[in-house]
Amino acid sequence: MFKNVYNWIDERLDITPIWRDVADHEVPEHVNPAHHFSAFVYCFGGLTFFITVIQILSGMFLTMYYVPDIINAYNSVEYLQTQVAFGQIVRGMHHWGASLVIVMMFLHTLRVFFTGSYKAPREMNWVVGMLIFFVMIGLGLTGYLLPWDNKAYFATKVTLEIANSIPVLGPVLKELLQGGTIVGAETLTRFFAIHVFFLPAVLLILLVGHFIMIRRQGISGPL
Amino acid sequence: MSNQHEEHESSHKPPVRKEMSRRQFLTYTLGGATAFMAAGVALPMVRFAVDPILQKKGEGAFVKVVEISKITSEPQEFSFELKQQDGWYLSTANLTAWIRKDESGKIYALSPICKHLGCTIGWNNDKNFPDEYHCPCHGAHYTKQGKQLAVASKPLDEYKVMLKDDWVYLGEIIPNTIVK
Repeated sequence: MFKNVYNWIDERLDITPIWRDVADHEVPEHVNPAHHFSAFVYCFGGLTFFITVIQILSGMFLTMYYVPDIINAYNSVEYLQTQVAFGQIVRGMHHWGASLVIVMMFLHTLRVFFTGSYKAPREMNWVVGMLIFFVMIGLGLTGYLLPWDNKAYFATKVTLEIANSIPVLGPVLKELLQGGTIVGAETLTRFFAIHVFFLPAVLLILLVGHFIMIRRQGISGPL
Repeated sequence: MSNQHEEHESSHKPPVRKEMSRRQFLTYTLGGATAFMAAGVALPMVRFAVDPILQKKGEGAFVKVVEISKITSEPQEFSFELKQQDGWYLSTANLTAWIRKDESGKIYALSPICKHLGCTIGWNNDKNFPDEYHCPCHGAHYTKQGKQLAVASKPLDEYKVMLKDDWVYLGEIIPNTIVK
């Protein structure tokens, strides 16, 4: 049944070669944990991506209940966490995954650094990776405000003070991020938009670049 | 070892066994493990998303609307407030009902929502349709009992009625039971 459907589409669109390009490639021995167990360090990039997928999925589902509004934000989070089936699990995935993605990304960066994989010809991929790092930090900082509780509020005050400390541009950037002169209704909607639309879009573009480059250049050789 | 084994086998009739190839076994194992993990991620999210249709519906509460003594055989419009819990938001819905008592003294209440496309009907509000409910949107009209006479395909819905201590209480909306 499934095979027939696949064949029907394949006859018309010839999708098998595309599938081959994506999935069918050799994994060198020195990055295969089945050969050398220490090669598990090469898994951190893939794990980062795996958790990112979970973040995107759980985030999509959370927006079914969440509202970015100062009166209802906290209530909607409390409702989805305590009243909706599996609400604690889905929000838990997003909450813990957010920390885990930073950890995995950091370990991935260490692996790339200590294997010297950032060297020519892969310098551009290192730069794109660093951009992904900053986007992830941005996602973490903007997402932190959304539950609109005390911790979120004061953590965001700190975040905005960090932005404020940038020479010359700081105060303007702070007011721009804040959407006004106080952390309030406009800050919440702004952070929501950045967290849910702007940064994920940038992240996906950067990830595509990251993956195309690694596929073009291959994994760096053994030490 | 394997050579000895093969010789041993070849001296007898080879047994017919339906063996799974190693590739097939690994494909199934990998596929199964992947499906299991994917389900572990996806199922909580799906259950989370479908929760509203699985939540127990609250018993329709009855709301005190009007004294029984005020009900006449002529339909009258009464409005009342219904408290509703909508997720994390508690609100009051303003509802209206057309209430009358029939010749035998039975009190019933009709919903003002037209069964054609959901506009609001009125009683005696069009001089072409005296003593009828009429809908201003597409001209559906109904008898005193709510029976449809044109345009609409179903009679007007009614509220569940409860009489207690000289008061009329209205409950949830149900399909019309007065007309066939």
